[in-house]
This record gives sequence, structure tokens and C-alpha cells, in this order.
Amino acid sequence: MSIAEQDPNAAKVAADTAAGDRPRRWLGKSLNRVEDPRFLRGQGRYLDDIELPGMLHAAVVRSPHAHARIVSIDTSRAEQLPGVVRVVTGADVAEHAAPLPSFGAGPIVQDMIATEKVRHYGETVAAVVAESRYVAEDACDLIEVVYEELPVVLDPVAARADDSPLVHEALGTNTAYERTFSFGEVDRAFAEADHTVGAELYWPRSTGMPMDMNGAIGDFDPGTGVVTIYANSMNFTYFLWLIAASLKVPASKLRIVPVAAGGSFGSKFFMHKVPTFAGFLSMLVGCPVKYVEDRIAHITANDHCGSDRRYEASLAFDADGTFQALRISCIDDYGAYLQFGTGTHGNALSQIVGPYRIRHVEYSLAAVLTNKNQQGAYRGFGAEVSNWVLERLVDMAARKLGLDRVEIRRRNLIPADSFPYKTPTGNIYDSGNYQGVLAQVLEESEYETWVAYRDAARAEGRHVGIGVVASQERSVFSSTEFWFWFDDPQFTPTSSPESASVRIDPTGELVVTLHSQSMWGNSPETVVSQVVAEEFDVDPASVVVTYADSQNALPGTGPGGSRYTVMVSGAVAGATTELKDKIRRIASGKLEVAEADLEFRNGAVGVVGVPDRQLTLAEVALTAYMFRLDLPPDMPSGLAATSTYDHPLTTLPNDDRSDLGIFYPFVGHAWHIAVVEVDVETGGIEFLRYAAVHDAGTIVNPRTLDGQVIGGTVQGLGTALYEEILYDAAGRVLNETFEHYHLPSALDAPEMTVGHHETPSPYTPYGIKGAGEGGRMLTPAIMSAAIEDALSPYGVTVTSLPIRAEQIVDWVASATAAP
Amino acid sequence: MSTHRVALEVNGVTREGEAEARLSLADFLRDVLGLKGTHVACEHGFCGNCNVLLDGESVRACLMFAVQAGGRSVTTVEGLTESDGTLGRLQRAFHDNGGLQCGFCTPAMLVTAHEYLEAHPDGGTDTEIREAIDGVMCRCTGYQHIVDSIRAAAAGAP
Repeated sequence: MSIAEQDPNAAKVAADTAAGDRPRRWLGKSLNRVEDPRFLRGQGRYLDDIELPGMLHAAVVRSPHAHARIVSIDTSRAEQLPGVVRVVTGADVAEHAAPLPSFGAGPIVQDMIATEKVRHYGETVAAVVAESRYVAEDACDLIEVVYEELPVVLDPVAARADDSPLVHEALGTNTAYERTFSFGEVDRAFAEADHTVGAELYWPRSTGMPMDMNGAIGDFDPGTGVVTIYANSMNFTYFLWLIAASLKVPASKLRIVPVAAGGSFGSKFFMHKVPTFAGFLSMLVGCPVKYVEDRIAHITANDHCGSDRRYEASLAFDADGTFQALRISCIDDYGAYLQFGTGTHGNALSQIVGPYRIRHVEYSLAAVLTNKNQQGAYRGFGAEVSNWVLERLVDMAARKLGLDRVEIRRRNLIPADSFPYKTPTGNIYDSGNYQGVLAQVLEESEYETWVAYRDAARAEGRHVGIGVVASQERSVFSSTEFWFWFDDPQFTPTSSPESASVRIDPTGELVVTLHSQSMWGNSPETVVSQVVAEEFDVDPASVVVTYADSQNALPGTGPGGSRYTVMVSGAVAGATTELKDKIRRIASGKLEVAEADLEFRNGAVGVVGVPDRQLTLAEVALTAYMFRLDLPPDMPSGLAATSTYDHPLTTLPNDDRSDLGIFYPFVGHAWHIAVVEVDVETGGIEFLRYAAVHDAGTIVNPRTLDGQVIGGTVQGLGTALYEEILYDAAGRVLNETFEHYHLPSALDAPEMTVGHHETPSPYTPYGIKGAGEGGRMLTPAIMSAAIEDALSPYGVTVTSLPIRAEQIVDWVASATAAP
Repeated sequence: MSTHRVALEVNGVTREGEAEARLSLADFLRDVLGLKGTHVACEHGFCGNCNVLLDGESVRACLMFAVQAGGRSVTTVEGLTESDGTLGRLQRAFHDNGGLQCGFCTPAMLVTAHEYLEAHPDGGTDTEIREAIDGVMCRCTGYQHIVDSIRAAAAGAP
């Protein structure tokens, strides 16, 4: 794989940033995050903290039914309430707006306010704009909606029957997508393998559930016709034109202003409902309107529930434990709309074989619509689910062969000399040292000691169990995964760029402008500060980071899919390289020395080996802006550069889709080991040891990486043990508040160790790989394995999540009661 | 809806404002007094993200009416910053130990940790720290770096 042929610009960035002789001074250090102080002071300026002059507030009437025709809406009493400015219904949307964007195929239309019928509990039916949120909510209570209830479709298997009620009549079916992909010779491999294991597995619907909910302020300027929308993110540079289409304004008249978000985890990735809604309300009333979800709205109707999948999966393997083939059939309950199409399965296909040498894969997918809230993105974007499925099968294979669970994995790991490794689906793994990471986690966790501890405890009748699981962490998506599903896709984009602008102003300050959404818990400002500091050898704390709004933004895609650190580093490196070239030319003339003899040191550019012959960056900058006659004659004034960095390794799928091409190639690798003790009386779980080792390539900031790993691990613990959005038989959400939707608390979470292994990517800037999702990709598998091991006296096999305490008690009770 | 004049001490300063009887303390602090550091994340009293100290004890500002706080003393995150604007002891410890990611629960974590350290000047045990912050939900950090931060603040470590 030649990156130089594939993408000369990316190849140059990789070469320019490769580790040279000079030790890195700022990359790889646990520096304090530059974002922190404003948040520590309570000055984070989240969406709901912003007040605009004359701003009104919106509240929403939500459907109490999962599936119903809207017969009539009486808004008269609400309109008479003092303080109410406007009541808005689907009729306004039908008259003034276009449907929301959708990446799914087929006539699956979603409006920001339901127009004819509601398709899930909590769907927006009407809105009130008023002088305060309190008054707006009062008025919502005065709106009378008459519904004609329709039969609800909740079970995705039943939804596929010919006589099922339809969520979208125009589609003619609830199966929005169905296809089987085959890579290699799956039937032959299954026939020839010595053994198979198989299982039906269920992964429940949960959601990212950030503490800060989706919010936006629309601010329509009738004079210019510009709609400004302050939004706590949405990948606005990537998707701006789609929002503009919904609002029926030219993209040039839509200005998105990025605002810090108190967490996303996928839930604010292309957040299309709330910003569009706020913009629309503002256009109707002609002044600023704020809308922020409340928690009930977020749980019942946010933009992004996680995967909701029923699997039949099997693994074929030989007597010595060698894996041969994998067969996966999945019915995925997408809820009422198909916002992202089936992209969450593209993620799964990027690393479907995990870190193992499996050469034959069959993958069947049925994407089904039901009367539930829509699915979207959640940390892992679907690959966390397939990793749980694969690791479950591997544990089952080990059990069938009586082989140690570490040993069976060790025998199947892709060797370190096989990279870049082309997986059966066509995606590559760029680099790795899987045996090395495994050895490190076994050592750091004192695995053998814990095995002996478990065995001794078990002999005493205690229920101690160990889980050992691996995961890949694919990073940096290409946009092909959103369309390679179709033989004849309507739109086949291949771009997912990121941009940065770097300038040194006339006073010598280094200013970086980013072109995607503001921070949402990641640390983009710290990352770019460290990169800029590395390139110019300045104090990272001296770097100023700003965000462009959409009217000034260059191409960008934003965080998501563990892409941002890699991509923004590439963009910043490209811009700094250009700036450094310019600085060297200016300094070369002023210091009368060859450019090759100059180096960047401590905020200056100077002659190598001559400490006092140098110019500070401020001196160079002042020259660049104010002393044109001191510049080379062909050099324009100023000291600024912009760079757009594209995904460096995208290749197209082939025609019959037996090879999907390269679409997610920078692949981290991780192992977790957990030792738990289960209280079989209460179902409670105590962590005795939790160890993780991650290889995310070159590390930018070890402490922030640790934070991502630990936070992701605990979020995955919620998926494993607690979280599921529950629907009753009528399709109403049963746990729509935190009283009944339990997030892991401080006492639930383990104290863990995080080890790092660094296998730099040969293709990315500095060798960085993404790492934002990895933790959550392992916890569901490791908790399944550890609990299963602890309950081995009872013959338990974990095939569904979450593993609730009452489930554990039931398992033990039924096993004990068995004759 | 009756409107009331509410006077209380906030971060050592007497503040006054108009409040409908139904206005929550959280909304009063945020919207009437302009102290946006107190955040609301569930409005049902479960996530603890709106925690403030009332006469030194943590309360859910979303579950309390502003009128109930009249005449009392409230501490919010803004009160933990030094008077010259530099970060206070706990804020520095969170900064130095990765105690925040998105920062949304951070004000509640800080005031809750402040209450804890007043009662446990030596820092106590990790389990005691976790018990103290168990009522404040954080979705980013997995809590470990928050526990580290509180322990570091107690130790006076940089």
C-alpha cells in the first residue's frame, strides 16, 4: 500500500511529522488541558448559558402515543396565555420547511414536527414560543391534540411480517434494508472446520446520555436573511448544506456558531433535529429563540439511540483453536427513522474479524423500522457491538475446546510482521503489535497471580471470575461506509476532511482556528496546542485556539469515529509546515544564513549552534505584517497559513461488494483484564482488579488518553450492567428519567490501571491513531466473560445485555433449583 | 403566580432578585443572578449536576425553590475561585489531575468535594471520596481522575 500514490499530500504530512532525530518535546506529555480553566470556574458558556437580547424560549408538546394519526390540534387556549408569542404545529412545518436530512434510502420522511402521524413516543407534535421557558411549558399543557391511535410495531422480527402495520406506508415494508455480504469462501470454511459454536445474542438499545442535552438558539436576521444558529455541535461544516435545505435557505444564509457541549458520545454527532428546529422557530417569530431538550425529551426523542441488535452468529474453528470463518446475521431495530442509513454496520465491517486471522466472513443485515425513537451514533458506532459478539464467540470456542481463553486468542492474533493487513472485507489494519500488547497486559495485571487467586477463592465457595478480552479500535472514517451498501448508490462521497488555520499575529501570538464544532469533552484545543508547540517549540499554553463559524469555515468533518486528533493534527501540521517555510525564508534574509542552518527553538528561529543569532517569532511576525520591503520580493505580507487534510487512505469498493475497499484503516488495539467477585445473593459485583492496555499509536497526551479510556470503560460498564431504554407494550418509554435509567456512579466504577503501548501508524501525522471510543468497545465483552467465569459453577452463558443484578440472582436460583 | 423578593447570601455577597414562587433555586441562580456555573441536567434530583451548598451542605438546586433559600447562604462554583480570579485549591487539583472532560458536572463535583473536604480535611479514604460524590453523575471521566483530584487537593499536592 503506497500512501504516496494514494494521497501525496497525506504522504508529505506523514513524512514531515515522522519521528526524526530530535526528541519530541511537547507531544507525548501529560500537559494540563488548556480548555479546563473556564470550565473549572463555571464559565464554560454552554448553550443554555447564552443569552441574546430579546431572546424567547421554546417548549415542546410530545406524543404520548407510539403510533397515531394526528386528527386535530387545538392551540387556542395556549395562544391566549399571557407571554405566549406563537404556537407552532406540523402545519407550519409543512408550509415553510422541508423534511430533515436522512442518509437512509427510500421514502422515509422525517419532519422536525410531526405533520400527519407520530411514529414514536415523545415525537414532537407542537411547540410554543414564549417569553420564558416556564410560560412556554404552561402553554404546552393547554394544547389539545386529538389522536387516532394506530397499531404499534415494536418487535423488529414481527415488524418484518407481511401483515405488520407499517411505520412508513410509502416504503411499503418495515425492512428498510436487507443484504448479505460474503467475503471469502464461508460455506466451504464452515464445512471443513473441525468445530463450530453459535449463539443468539441480544444487544439492547441505550444511548450516549451526556449530562448537557442538545440545544440551540436560532437568531434570524430579517434584514440580511441570515439565520444564525448557535448549536452545541452537529458537524456543521460537513452537513451545513443539509440543514440549509431543511430550512429552505441558501447555505450561504445559514451561519452555525459552534458552542461547547457538555458531552456527546455520539449523541451530538450530526445533531439535526434541535438546531433546525430552533432556526425554524426563529424564522417564524423574527427574533432569537432558544430550545434546549429536557432530560425526558433527550431520553425519549434524542437524535441518536445506540444499536438495538438481535444476532445469530457462529464461528468455525479447528481442533487446535485456529479460527476459520465467521457468520453473522443481524436484525437491527432502527426505530422510526433511518437517519444514518446503515453506517453503524459499516463500522462493524471495518474490524469484523477483530485482531484475529479469520479469512472468511458472511454478514447479513436487516435494518428494520419500528415505533421507537431513531437510532444514530453512540461511542463505538456499532463496532462496539460486533466486538462483543466476536469476543462472546471466542469465549464459547475456548470453552468448547477446553482451551484457556488467553491461549485461544494468542494463537489467532495477526502477527506483527503482516501489516498493513488486509481484512476479508477489504479494510486494512495499518499497523500493530498484538502479541506485545497482550504480553504487557498479562504482566501489568499480574494475570497468573489472579488466576491462582480465583481458583483458591472458588475452592472456598466464593464467586470470583476473570475476563480477558481484546478489541480493535478502528479510527478515522471515510465516507464510503455510508453508501457501499448499495449497488447503485445515489450519492457516492469520498471526502471526510479536516482543516486548520494557523497564524502568528503581529504581536507574535500563535493563533489556531479550527473548522469544526467546539469541544464536547474531548480536548481539541490541547491537541492542537501540543502539535503547534512541537512544531515551533513554544509553550503550548501560549497558543490561542479559536473556532470558525460556518460562514468562515473551511472544509471539516468534526469529531466522531475517533478521528479528530488524527485529522486535526494533519491539518495543523500542514499549515505549520507552510508557515515554517515562510519564517525560514524571512529569517534567512535577515540573519544572512542559509535556510538549512536555521532551527526553531524556544519561540524563536535561530542559527543552529549559535544561540544568540536568532529572531523571535514576534520579530519575524512584525516584519511579515509591517515591513514588506524586508521580505523576499515574491512574498506577500502576513504570516498565516491554512491547510485541509483529507482522509489519506480511502479506496473505493469493488462492484460486487466482495471487497469494500479501505475505509477505516488506522486501527488501535487494546486488551482488558477484569477480576470480579459476584455476590450471588444480591447480584452485586465487586471489582478486585481491572487492567487495560491500549495501543493508540503515538500518544499526544497520556493523561487525556487515560481519561478517554477510563471514561469509555465506565460508559461501557453501563451498557454491560445497567442501561437499556425500556418500552412497554404500547411503545411508551418506561424509564424516561434518571430515576429509572441508571448511569454508572462513582461507587459502581472500578479503580483501574491503564497501560500504553505505542505502535505508530506509518500513514498518519506523527503516527497518531484515534482513541476516543476504545474503552466502551471492551467493557461489555469483559463483564460478560468475567461474570460468566464467576458463575461457572452454575453453567451460565451470557448472551444478552445488560446483565442486571436480578438476572444474576435468577440464574443462580434456577441452576440451584434444577433437579 | 405570586412573585417574591428573595434576598440571600451567595458566595459571601448579599444578592437580591425577583422570583415567582415556583422558580427553582437553580434557575434563580442562573437566570436572575446570572451565575451560569450551576448546571441543570435532569431536573428530577437524580444526577446531582445542580448541586450547590446551602449553609455549607450540598442540596439539589433543581429541587428547591428560590424562595426557600431566602436569608440563607449559598455557595456555588463561582465561589470556589480565588478573589483574584485564580483557580482555588480544588479547581487546581482537578486541572492537574484530569478531573474533568466536558466540564458540565464539574461545578457540582467541585462544590460536593468542597463539602467533603470540609468534613474530611485529611482526605479520608478513596471509598469515602466515592461515597461523597456518588450522587453526582459524570458521564465522561469514569470518576477515577475525579477521585485522584480530590485526594490531591486534600494532600495539598500541586
